[in-house]
Amino acid sequence: MMNYIFAGMILFGIMVALLCGRMEAVSSALMTECGSAVELVVGLTGSICLWCGLMKVADRAGLTEKISRLLSPLTRIAFPGLDPHGPAMRAISMNISANLLGLGNAATPLGINAMKELAKLSPLQGVATNHMAMFVVLNTAALDLLPTTVGLLRLQAGSSSPFDILPAVWLASSASVVVGVTLAKLLGLGHSHERKHCHGRL
Amino acid sequence: MEGFNHYIVPSIVAVFLLYGLLQNVPVFDVFLEGAKEGLSTAVRILPSLVGLITAVGVFKASGALDLLSHGLKPAAQFLGLPTEVMPLALLRPVSGSGGMAVFRDLLDSHGPDSFVGRVASVMMGSTETTFYTIAVYYGAIDVRKTRHTLPAALGADLAGFVFSSLAVLWLFGQ
Repeated sequence: MMNYIFAGMILFGIMVALLCGRMEAVSSALMTECGSAVELVVGLTGSICLWCGLMKVADRAGLTEKISRLLSPLTRIAFPGLDPHGPAMRAISMNISANLLGLGNAATPLGINAMKELAKLSPLQGVATNHMAMFVVLNTAALDLLPTTVGLLRLQAGSSSPFDILPAVWLASSASVVVGVTLAKLLGLGHSHERKHCHGRL
Repeated sequence: MEGFNHYIVPSIVAVFLLYGLLQNVPVFDVFLEGAKEGLSTAVRILPSLVGLITAVGVFKASGALDLLSHGLKPAAQFLGLPTEVMPLALLRPVSGSGGMAVFRDLLDSHGPDSFVGRVASVMMGSTETTFYTIAVYYGAIDVRKTRHTLPAALGADLAGFVFSSLAVLWLFGQ
């Protein structure tokens, strides 16, 4: 899937540039965008290290287990068959909490952590499991209860009440989560690679 | 609201460390252990991000995105979305900074409290940069076969967009 999207975007772009005479812009995009990807990762590296470290502290102290127990009524629906007290579920719960609080910078490293734990449960290297797909879909549907960046930009643009859109955001967010979870469940049917009885701890 | 926001991260960090100390965890040693893992993760997500961000850059710079959003205007009408937000709907899943730039333009040109401005705001608030998330998360664990992840995630985005328009229509009127 990603193979076609990667090649498709570049090839279609070059074709359009050829027809519209925009080769110069495409050429400079090819030269500079790869560098901006590195800048992005370098910028992210600090927060990835910080939150992976803090997460380890919270995990060792038993704090993540408490949080994951708090969220278990929800996580159990999305991740049936996943050990509710295992390291994967704990990491997933930390990521979901960070998302709900609107801590995007913390949510990404915590999410990567969760993916690593899910990978440990997967018997097949290099293939996504149903739990992984469900988890990524949850992260692509924004769970953020208070989109502060959007509010700030609305305020700067002169909105009379920047957060009057919140109920609408929650409605649209819920719709997106429900559709995403349903699609992930339906499309993943019959191809479960998860180990069913895994109760391993860290 | 802004002020409250500044308290969240420091409080969480403080709780983590205090709780760790109370449980007799050697907090700095354990922190370093985790941070070291974080470093190797950062290196591992780099290749997929270089590929994806370059592809999106070419797509934008060539004008292919404008062409596509123009061509998809009938689809926007069919879905009940105002045609003005179509570039945002196309760019939002693939590029965080690109989506943000288009969003700013929409707020400036239509006003934040207009129908278009509100729909764009709700779209921004209720969706994420899908491709980036997929590239980072699967890149970190070397998964190439993402199976049904992308269709399900894009379906969720589409639902988010359609319901953005519906919710604004319902709560604010035209």
